[in-house]
Amino acid sequence: MKLALRELWRRPGRFVVATAILALIALLLMVLGGLLDGLVAGSTGALRAQRGQLIVYSSTSQESLVRSHITPSVRKEVEGVAGVSQVAGIGSVQLGARIDGHGPRDLVPVVLFGYELAPKGLPDAVPAYGEVYADDSLQAEGVEKGGTIRLGPARTPVRVIGFLDDSRYSGQGTLWGSLATWRSVLAANRPGERAGEGVDQALVVRVAGADAIGQAGAIDGATSGATKTLTIAQAIDALPGVSQQQTVFNQIIGITVVIALVVVGLFFALITVERIGLYGVLKAVGASSGILFAGVLVQALVVTLIASAIGVAASLALAAAIPSGSIPFVATPSRLLTSTAYLLIAALLGCAFSLRRVLKVDPAAAIGGEQ
Amino acid sequence: MTIATDLALRMERVSKIYSVGDAQVVALDHVELTVDADEIIALVGPSGSGKTTLCSIAGGLLTPTDGSVIVGGQDISQYSAKQLTRFRRESVGFVFQTVNLVPFLTASENLLVVDEIGPRTGRRARDRADQLLGELGLTDRSSNLPAQLSGGERQRVAIGRALMNEPDLVLFDEPTSALDTQLGDQVVNLIRHEMKSRGTAAIIVTHDDRITHYADRVARIVDGRISDPGARDD
Repeated sequence: MKLALRELWRRPGRFVVATAILALIALLLMVLGGLLDGLVAGSTGALRAQRGQLIVYSSTSQESLVRSHITPSVRKEVEGVAGVSQVAGIGSVQLGARIDGHGPRDLVPVVLFGYELAPKGLPDAVPAYGEVYADDSLQAEGVEKGGTIRLGPARTPVRVIGFLDDSRYSGQGTLWGSLATWRSVLAANRPGERAGEGVDQALVVRVAGADAIGQAGAIDGATSGATKTLTIAQAIDALPGVSQQQTVFNQIIGITVVIALVVVGLFFALITVERIGLYGVLKAVGASSGILFAGVLVQALVVTLIASAIGVAASLALAAAIPSGSIPFVATPSRLLTSTAYLLIAALLGCAFSLRRVLKVDPAAAIGGEQ
Repeated sequence: MTIATDLALRMERVSKIYSVGDAQVVALDHVELTVDADEIIALVGPSGSGKTTLCSIAGGLLTPTDGSVIVGGQDISQYSAKQLTRFRRESVGFVFQTVNLVPFLTASENLLVVDEIGPRTGRRARDRADQLLGELGLTDRSSNLPAQLSGGERQRVAIGRALMNEPDLVLFDEPTSALDTQLGDQVVNLIRHEMKSRGTAAIIVTHDDRITHYADRVARIVDGRISDPGARDD
């Protein structure tokens, strides 16, 4: 062990190339993960911010908020289900927003939500008519507290009274107002989708017990199939593109981990070949294969940890350098730690290529060559 | 198995046969050899005669096909690979033809390798390494890497490493082959002095006639047989 660490310390040049390549792979892995997290966060923030455990869509909506339509009578049936402690309406509309300081044709895409149950980060009291809270990513677009945003072709004005974070939806900044504000904006800008008084797009439901999935079934039963109730996690998975994004990114991340494994494997296999003479001598003087292989593992882990540290530092620098709202990239501690863990596992598996060579080293080869 | 004996090495009817394809090559053929506890033997013979195989079997690097090998009272003939590893770590010392020091370790650390690859003794090992380096005249060079040492100094470090575990038997493989005449003489003198002062037995595989004068006995091996076990200087 000490021998392996001394070699790293005294011959750093031998390990520079492998460390540099692994650092680039670590950065790639962390950037891919950060982009995935950023994309998913930007698509799902509005749902993750909900304080309820369930979302009730109309059964014909294909679990899409904009296609969903909950009538007052259905809402009443949901409210009557045993175990349901709170039912709150929610509605949304995607519009182009005109923001002070932007040109007249320079529209910023936003999603306006009307709500009854305040999402995380907002006070319980619903804003007054015509007032909204804005997602803090919109500050990068020039949205300020006290400023007015004009929504849609009707240029319906709403006044910003504060901000909340991590509430983006479908990759767009969000605005959060009362259901009355939402109905008014919807009627002015999407007359065809107008929602009557008491009609919501969906319902956010809080349940008393821990069995949210059981409650979802009870709600759909109580409405005789007029609703499709999902947990928040299910609703996130049902968002168009989210699971596909995750699948594609995770596949690329998986391939990157395999590349790291091959790099570590080849590098240490080559180093092991170079050291066969030395290993022969060490075995001759009493070193076991286990001790020698442990040395290879220690070196691989140290090289990978250094490369990961470089990757983490570069990822954090990148996250700090990217302007808010421009590229959906977030460097979360869990993602950075997971990527490091993947690389360490790849390093351990990669070293397995060297194990056979270490085991095969013949100590007798150290002493002369003749028989 | 431990056997009470005053001998450093006893080889009885030791054979080693290698299979090469369908053919069988007899490297050692019923070898009989004993080495007293503080005896230095020069093992000479032409290339391919079996010197290295004999040395490898005596040092636990190879197992014999047949016969018994007892080193310092341990019958190692039937030892498993794991037992042989421990035996080499604790009971024999090696000095290789090409010295083979660990290039990125200092002289002192090269001695301590023997401690680091086994159950560590820490302070005791460091004291022994310092003592050995002092006795070998290398105190001032203990912090130098092998590349910073002369050929003779490297050979002395290798001897120190071989003595670290206080072995019953030290095996030298052509220790002077890479040295000039003067340095070769110094090294052979040093080997004799170190072995005799410790009462440690040694087998020196060599082609070098100078060494035979320093040895207590010269054993000759031809075609895998000890043709002349040599006479002890009693």
